[in-house]
Amino acid sequence: MEKDKTALSRRSFLKASILSGGGMMLTVSWLSSFKSADKTEALGLTENWATLNGYIHILPNNQVKLICPNPEFGQNVMTSLPMMLAEELDVDWKNVSVEMGPHDQAKLGAQFTGGSNSVRMYWKPLREAGAAARQMLREAAAQAWNVPAAEVTTKAGILSHPSGKSASYGDMASKAAIIPVPKDLELKVPKDFNIVSKSKKNVEIKKITSGKPLFGLDYSVEGMLIAMIQHPPAFGMKLKSFDAAEALKMPGIIDVFILKLYADDFEQGGFDTRTFNDLLVIVGNSTWEVMKARKKLVAQWEASGDLKDTIAGRGGKREVTIPGALESTTTHMQQMKEYAAKPAQQLRRDGDPEAAFRTADQVIERTYNGPFLAHNCMEPMNFFAHVTDEKALVAGPLQAPGWSEPTLAKLLNLPADKIEIQMTRMGGGFGRRAYGHYLYEAALISRKVKAPVKLMYTREDDMTYGIYRPMYTATYRAALDANKNLIAFHVKGGGIPEHPIHANRFPAGAVENYLAEGWQIASNITIGAFRAPRSNFNAAAEQSFLDEVAEAAGKDPIAFRLELLKRAKEKPVGENNDYDADRYAGVLELVRDKSNWNKPGNEKYNRGVAAYFCHNSYAAHVVDMVTRDGQPYVARVFSAMDCGIVINPNAATNMVQGAVVDGIGNALYGQLTHKDGATQQSNFHNYRMIRMNEAPKSIEVYFVQNEMDPTGLGEPPFPPVFGAVANALYKMKGKRYYNQPFKDEPEKSI
Amino acid sequence: MAKITLNINKKDYPLEADPQMPLLWAIRDLAGLKGTKYGCGMAQCGACVVHLDGAAIRSCVTQVSRAAGKKVVTIEGLSETNSHPVQKAWQEIDVPQCGYCHSGQMMSAAVLLREKPNPTDQDIDDAMAGNICRCGTYLRIREAIHTAAELQKKTGTKG
Ligand code: FES
Ligand code: FES
Repeated sequence: MEKDKTALSRRSFLKASILSGGGMMLTVSWLSSFKSADKTEALGLTENWATLNGYIHILPNNQVKLICPNPEFGQNVMTSLPMMLAEELDVDWKNVSVEMGPHDQAKLGAQFTGGSNSVRMYWKPLREAGAAARQMLREAAAQAWNVPAAEVTTKAGILSHPSGKSASYGDMASKAAIIPVPKDLELKVPKDFNIVSKSKKNVEIKKITSGKPLFGLDYSVEGMLIAMIQHPPAFGMKLKSFDAAEALKMPGIIDVFILKLYADDFEQGGFDTRTFNDLLVIVGNSTWEVMKARKKLVAQWEASGDLKDTIAGRGGKREVTIPGALESTTTHMQQMKEYAAKPAQQLRRDGDPEAAFRTADQVIERTYNGPFLAHNCMEPMNFFAHVTDEKALVAGPLQAPGWSEPTLAKLLNLPADKIEIQMTRMGGGFGRRAYGHYLYEAALISRKVKAPVKLMYTREDDMTYGIYRPMYTATYRAALDANKNLIAFHVKGGGIPEHPIHANRFPAGAVENYLAEGWQIASNITIGAFRAPRSNFNAAAEQSFLDEVAEAAGKDPIAFRLELLKRAKEKPVGENNDYDADRYAGVLELVRDKSNWNKPGNEKYNRGVAAYFCHNSYAAHVVDMVTRDGQPYVARVFSAMDCGIVINPNAATNMVQGAVVDGIGNALYGQLTHKDGATQQSNFHNYRMIRMNEAPKSIEVYFVQNEMDPTGLGEPPFPPVFGAVANALYKMKGKRYYNQPFKDEPEKSI
Repeated sequence: MAKITLNINKKDYPLEADPQMPLLWAIRDLAGLKGTKYGCGMAQCGACVVHLDGAAIRSCVTQVSRAAGKKVVTIEGLSETNSHPVQKAWQEIDVPQCGYCHSGQMMSAAVLLREKPNPTDQDIDDAMAGNICRCGTYLRIREAIHTAAELQKKTGTKG
């Protein structure tokens, strides 16, 4: 067997121990950037193994339990991460059970679900953990049999020696636990993988199909109360006064009170974004009683005026002013136009773009707009909390427990080790659950009412609360010379409240003269990461713009992109180009071939193509659109992905198909608007979601086969869907769509 | 408050409930069965679909009083051993991503398959358009319903 040699990465160390009752447990710890090194180092001295958790538990009966470190929100990490462990441990997947780990970053790593990072960040450490345990088991067998360890082989959880001796991992686990953890490890090379790259079923599939209580909203304890928050009807407003007399008379209602989330001088971490600070809270015995009584609350609201927040995240402590105006989409559009005409911050410049545009034979200029989008996780925000003076237990759907814990500790004035965060399965995340405000709210409510509490947002609360995909705009300009060569490219993008521009992405590096600029407009409408932040707008705008430029140049859209990528590879312009031109071209070629692009047989479809690079991965789609009942319908999609080694192909295909469906839905329907600060959509009757009858008949997904370390998958296939849909629409309608959602309506799209 | 006995998954639950309470909350909060989900509370998403005397209904807009004397089946009672053709097909195709919408999806699919044992894609689109999947697993749901139809033929199990 070929091996990759690896010295245990400096940032991790392994610790083995004997489970009570026998068996072995292997813990991996990181010198995590979220914890002080001191605290992590101290682990070696103060371990209480009875309560510790590691990644690998092997019981004497040969049962293997693997721990998933990262919270699960549908990206299937509970299956894919343990597969990586099991691969190097060399166990029979059938004998493996998987559990979600507790929140314990010192022992389980960063435990962050987001940025398409889970597989990337655990790829090496988890395989090392598996390989180390395997090596220790071999060593234990060698000692027991009095043979050299090198002669002991493993196969699916069984140790053997040529002499005929053999034992199960379970037999040797207790002995292995006292073997020193090896310093040098050998990892398998991809061609020897037995588990990784072979499709495995979702480890929770049977629990899902039988309705087991897996989600935050399902979490329940004896005596648990239900809390809801009545937030202001508009951004830029706050609570003035309230009268709860009628609500308190309703059955099952325990209390109504005001809670201040952050004290005035509170230093927020980067993901402590919250929309409203003075919370009108109603607490009762059951969901329905609280929902019903809530309607009887009488509240007066007033303009909040400008607010100052102190943010102490990365980039140092700073004061941020949040404007107090009641904002509207129509004024946003106007404002964006004004800002687009003003000078902006230069983000990248190559060559002499101004001169190139002056001397160009043809200049194409187009402006693209995208609205605020709501995440609309299927499971609305909620969290369980039981906080006492001594400790806190919180449980629920959360993408970044490690970012929430320090804030929670500060808010509750409890040391971090008195806070237990349990991560339930999440009914979707898409970035929304990286923001822990609802967890803090739940904890403060529990402390106030001195009881276990479940804070629940209704769908309306969830959709009108904020933390949206920002509103964006971008103006693209391209200069062609007399031979129709692209000689200059300019993008100027802005947004509320952030601009979308990734200045070093394609076509940067492929055009001699290049300029990227950005500007932003402050707003009180809160925003957050939304599946492939910024990219989800850029790919729509840039990829439909390139389509238009290709047409002006008289070139096939795929051939045109490939030409640019060839240039970026052979003679790259500038430095810091984010992408690998070969891999980028690779997905375009793959999707071209698989979709029979430009080949006969596809005449009934209006075809649109787009590609994009983000989260270190490459994605391309060909979208085949038809008219159905007078409406555009994406009947068929071909997708090509390069995300390196694919851990779990069937689940990865599911993820890409889901991203395509999500992209089509948001491109055609997704839209959140505001009037006088109030969000005009509140539930699925007026926020249109893509449905079964609108989903394509087929989405064929192809992965570039290579042996590169795995890169992101949850986000990268999403952004280019927008561009491909826009380009197919053009083919169908003969006109370009510049405003998301792409629809024909008398009024402006956003 | 009124005394209401709900028969859920062949078991009687004597409950004290506001007769206006949506069946969804009676099932989740009072009977303690968490498989049925809340997604919108206004008959838009299908996360809360259960069977009431065999019909697929949205429990978030059905008053609990309407269920008295009738048979309620939730995802927990779709089969005793997680083996209804729909459950088996969902397992085989590995349909879910986050999984949150799927008890509602499966309950809708089970009724479709009882009424139309050989559903076409069009039948599936029509019957399932009321169930939102935010993660976009629609293609697999479609495939799984066809698989379930095959399984149903083989085993004769009815939804
Ligand atoms: S919760 Fe009943 S249809 Fe959405
Ligand atoms: S699987 Fe997540 S909502 Fe359907």
